[in-house]
Amino acid sequence: MVQLGFYINQSLCTGCKACSVSCKDKNNLHVGINFRRVYSFEEGNFIQQPSSGIVQNVKAFYFSIACNHCAQPKCTQSCPVGAISKDKDNGVVTIDQEVCQGTQLCVKACPYGAPQYNKKVFKSDKCDFCIDLQEKGEEPVCVSTCPMRAIEYGPIRELRKKYGNVSQIKGMPSDSLTHPNIVITPHRDAKMIQ
Amino acid sequence: MSWDEAIDTIAAEVKRIGEQYGPESRYVNYASGQSWGLHGGKNAARKLLALTGGYLNYRNDYSSGAGNVATPYTYGTNNSGSSFDSLLHSKYIILWGQNPSEMIFSTPYREYLMQAKKNGAKIIVIDPRYTDTAIAFADEWIPILPTTDNAMMDAMGYVIVTENLHDQAFLDQYCIGFDGNHLPKGVLKEESIKSYLLGEKDGVVKTPEWAEKICRVPAEKIREIAREYAKAKPAALIQGWAAQRQAYGEQFMRGGAQLACLTGNVGKLGGWAAGTGYWSRSDIVYPFSYDNPIKASIPCFLWTKAVEQGTEMTVEDGLQGTDKLSTNIKCIFNMAGNMLINQHSDINKTIKLLEDESKVEFIVVSDLFMTPSAKFADILLPGTTFFERYDIGVPWCFGDYVVFGDKTIDPLYECRDEYDVFAELAGKLGVKEKFTEGKTTLDLVRESVERTKKELDPNFPTFEEFRKMGVYHFKFDAPLVGFKEQIDDLQNHPFETPSGKIELFSKALWDMNRHDEIPAIAKYIPSWEGPEDPLNEKFPLQLISWHYKRRCHSTYDNQPWLEEVAKQEIWINPKDAEKRGISDGDRVQVMNDRGSLNIFVKVTPRIIPGVVGIPQGAWYTPDKAGLDQRGSINVLTSQRPTPLAKANPQLTNLVEVKKA
Repeated sequence: MVQLGFYINQSLCTGCKACSVSCKDKNNLHVGINFRRVYSFEEGNFIQQPSSGIVQNVKAFYFSIACNHCAQPKCTQSCPVGAISKDKDNGVVTIDQEVCQGTQLCVKACPYGAPQYNKKVFKSDKCDFCIDLQEKGEEPVCVSTCPMRAIEYGPIRELRKKYGNVSQIKGMPSDSLTHPNIVITPHRDAKMIQ
Repeated sequence: MSWDEAIDTIAAEVKRIGEQYGPESRYVNYASGQSWGLHGGKNAARKLLALTGGYLNYRNDYSSGAGNVATPYTYGTNNSGSSFDSLLHSKYIILWGQNPSEMIFSTPYREYLMQAKKNGAKIIVIDPRYTDTAIAFADEWIPILPTTDNAMMDAMGYVIVTENLHDQAFLDQYCIGFDGNHLPKGVLKEESIKSYLLGEKDGVVKTPEWAEKICRVPAEKIREIAREYAKAKPAALIQGWAAQRQAYGEQFMRGGAQLACLTGNVGKLGGWAAGTGYWSRSDIVYPFSYDNPIKASIPCFLWTKAVEQGTEMTVEDGLQGTDKLSTNIKCIFNMAGNMLINQHSDINKTIKLLEDESKVEFIVVSDLFMTPSAKFADILLPGTTFFERYDIGVPWCFGDYVVFGDKTIDPLYECRDEYDVFAELAGKLGVKEKFTEGKTTLDLVRESVERTKKELDPNFPTFEEFRKMGVYHFKFDAPLVGFKEQIDDLQNHPFETPSGKIELFSKALWDMNRHDEIPAIAKYIPSWEGPEDPLNEKFPLQLISWHYKRRCHSTYDNQPWLEEVAKQEIWINPKDAEKRGISDGDRVQVMNDRGSLNIFVKVTPRIIPGVVGIPQGAWYTPDKAGLDQRGSINVLTSQRPTPLAKANPQLTNLVEVKKA
């Protein structure tokens, strides 16, 4: 199997959310349902000096994430009706909409918030890696949309060779839970403290 | 109403008002977006009026209004920028109030900024907000209080000059005004920049300690930035336009240029001359033309004044082309724009003005949506999208490319392109042939392409090629460096100023004799509704706005997906929120003497204490009591113009915020 994965150059992410919107467009998703999400993080304080100047230590970053098509996905195991499967050839995890019963157990099981429940049709669905586009030789829409060219995709082994092994940043669940197929170049403020 | 009735009504009113009050009573309001292009709504309306007696002109814009007038006093032109690929050669880049991540500022810019960073350029962002630009690009964020930028600039100048880091040879050769030996005749030595920085006349030495108390940037930080900027060669100080949409925005624009000259970063690859910073090296021919017989013009920001007191306006108000207007504005065409209500300052004041039928008697609006401006139309025309007409798209406002606007469908339902509507109107008024000159919009596109190829760029594609390509990129061998010609050979390429040099001291400004608000050199002027205004006892927070990533001005505010992407909310620092018992996500009321609005709040350390920010462009959405429920910032902004340019000061506001 050639496992596919995403590479996120988070150090370049401006938080424009074009990836998220193009994904909604492609998958025709309502407000509230986002197969790709852009999270923001911000912290820091301000101190006014006796001389009246203001010093600060503000840190902030954005992070774009969809489904990591994990090596050990929690969602597949959680589904009581077997609607979620991991493709034998490319490792892409999909939810069969014909089979899904809308139990939302996958929504609860996934540490990344990838499966999204649709209240209108009583089913959950998630990123399918735009596999239909890939079969036509095209890129996933989030990849082709990013104006910073900060999202790439491909065999995870190659991405790791090229960009390293970081798959967890500040605020993200432990990568030992599901072994996500994602490689990240972290923003300067998002690096895990070793 | 049928189209026939609409056309008949507009034709009759245009004629009646023109005859009753004279052509100066007719006005086509400021708009961008669709109103650009070869034949957009604004141009169609103007041509019709030009052919039937004329209309009152406007000058300038709402984007860089103060800069557009101020920068030419320094450099003789607003084209003080360089192409963004020149940044690949910069060692140090200061983005002063500039936020290309959110407001884009030309499509390729971010790419070059990214490459510049990769090349090792240090990037500093000076801004009251920790912007998305700061997140992705900045090595350091310097928070600063709005309207106090020139205090920091003055102190940087002081450090550079007193530590002998300035480029004396550059100043001697190219500039007027740095020291007492380089001032125009008849001006005393104490009026020089050096003298001002050293406090020789006013007794105020412009030290970083002096500036710190005003702008809140620590003195040591000001010293550090000044030294780094002066020593790193070449260095680019690039100014955004937000900080010139302020009470004394002219000073900000000339102040940046002054620093660029002090450090000799003008005309050099990888440097940057600062100032307004336009640049252009690619253009197309615009074949849809007209000649307005009326020469009178007003600054675009003063159109509400021209409605109320047009006949009282003078040269002091920026009236040009006439000594006196014969009439106030009585008829307004507002084509595909939201400046009639939403984007102009002081919505409550404008509403009162427009509701008074004795003032403006007839308003025509064309739009795709029922915008806040559209609601004030006497006749509202359903316009078309770019997909329903032919045009050529030119990028805003930098970028070497043009886009073929191919018509993909006929206008839906009863919608009609403005060109088509105004051509029919022209027929009613007996000038159809003169209006269309026998051309369709497709003919105009074809003519533009053919003439551009012939007159401007032999490499430009043919009409059929361009149509097939969709986008044409103008190609250049090297970056454009602003003022390279002048710096390489001043003798043969003087600056377009009265002296032929860079006028850090402008004799023309000096002679206006309003030195307190229009000084001859750039300097810090304490701003009304700035941090030093006593009004801050009643309204203690400075309110700014920014161009939101989910909108283009007010366009797309009605898009639910984009509301999900970036909600309309006011930013407030945790310190200011805590004082007021405000928590993240609360509804708050924001108020001053001009108005009040309700909005959701984001409590965030990404904004300096003492300052709140509302993204501009939200549609004015009053409840039954007339209180805006969406967060349309212009409920709170002022119509008081900047002193020289008569431009919009929309980022100069004092407000109070409380829990709604």
